[in-house]
Amino acid sequence: MEIQRTIKYDADRVKGFGREVMSVPGCEQLESCIQCGTCSGVCPLSIYMDYTPRQVMALTRGDFKNEVLKSHTIWLCASCYACTVECPREIRITDIMYELKQRAIHAGIYPKRFPIPVLAREFSAMVKKHGRITEMLLVMKLFLKTNPFAAMGNWRLGVDLLKTRRFSLATEKIKQRGDIARMLDATDAKK
Amino acid sequence: MKYSYFPGCSLKGLGRAYEESLLPVMKHLGVELQELDDWNCCGATAYMAVDEAKACVLAARNLALAEKQGNRPIMAPCAACYLVLNKTKHYFHDYPAMKETIDRALGAVGLRYSGDTPVRHPLDVLINDVGLEAIKQKVRKPLKGLRIATYYGCQLVRPYATFDDQYNPTTMDRLVEALGATVVRYPLKTKCCGGSLTGTVPEAGIRMVYILLNEAKKRGAECLATVCPLCQFNLDAYHAQVKAEYGSVLVPTVYFTQLMGLAFGLPERELGLNRAAIPFKWRPTEAPADKATAAA
Repeated sequence: MEIQRTIKYDADRVKGFGREVMSVPGCEQLESCIQCGTCSGVCPLSIYMDYTPRQVMALTRGDFKNEVLKSHTIWLCASCYACTVECPREIRITDIMYELKQRAIHAGIYPKRFPIPVLAREFSAMVKKHGRITEMLLVMKLFLKTNPFAAMGNWRLGVDLLKTRRFSLATEKIKQRGDIARMLDATDAKK
Repeated sequence: MKYSYFPGCSLKGLGRAYEESLLPVMKHLGVELQELDDWNCCGATAYMAVDEAKACVLAARNLALAEKQGNRPIMAPCAACYLVLNKTKHYFHDYPAMKETIDRALGAVGLRYSGDTPVRHPLDVLINDVGLEAIKQKVRKPLKGLRIATYYGCQLVRPYATFDDQYNPTTMDRLVEALGATVVRYPLKTKCCGGSLTGTVPEAGIRMVYILLNEAKKRGAECLATVCPLCQFNLDAYHAQVKAEYGSVLVPTVYFTQLMGLAFGLPERELGLNRAAIPFKWRPTEAPADKATAAA
């Protein structure tokens, strides 16, 4: 009988990916992960994830770039920081998830029409333009760009918001809108 | 006691009842709030997912504005704003590269951030600056008999808050007890409400909301008290979806500031109580006359 490894290994790795992530400020501690699984245990969303947070830590450190950036896990993370405060090795797991989200958006390989990255992009575009968020406008844009039918399914919510006078589409803006654009440009200037 | 008030987008939008109740309550306690002029969005969780450096730069503009406008501590009532502003402050001190980026970006618009401005939550200010004794003295209508599940959510106590415990926070418990209410044991007090998942991945988000509401109901709570506009929105606005999926769980969710306003006997119309989809109908009665005079 021939014993074979069931997991493809070296072929799937993008060498250097783990090092790269661990060189980002806030992500250094990943190196000392002991795979205890505390993060997966306390995560309120791990039951919906394709890879648990513990697995994402191992995959990231092990250079499995494609598996990690394509995973739903990074988009299901709601940034509640439960894993971060519970981790016995003080790994800032939430911040690593943020780092992976940024890399996925940058690489354009997040799940298509998955609403969370769309929300993140629409959100940042609105802030860049107006300096503030008008929540109802953001929600409407999100539904139109991802799932117009879901918006109709939520009609009750709209009615409740109208009744309680919380439904407002008047755009919130700051005075020095030019400052926001100038600051964001200056952020990119020397990176 | 003077603070730079940073409302954030939610307190001007879906969470306006929070601002509506916060302002009169703080005024009643002699806490002076000066709204930060021309503040911008803190970036919340969404911007961090797009570009961390830019997210920190956006938040840093508000910190710099506060230093320029009187250099008072910032009061940030929204848990997400509180977290992002504190996170930026930490990154500014911890990572020289981030400090350099922030300095450069702020410099492009003639602003500067020293890194000193404290960022505080109203609960912190109420417990540590105002004090429970001063709050008790203002109670005209004790919330006697009201059973409350105090719900802190995630981003207030994790990971940066220093004024309360990350695992078992108690500041809001002590506050509502000072108002005369009873706190029920609620082990989910720091469990995540799902954030924006209620809208983006409802099969997960709605379930998280249901779990929180159902547990509060099982524990005999007549309402949940919250410190965050997104928690309040999630627990209040998705009742139809919760009902369709799991059955009706009607527990109202109020801001702790609304409870304070009721206990202080402030006019109800000033407290934004009409904003909730699941109305909070419980009302306190006037304290016996002798007690009121003693307190005055």
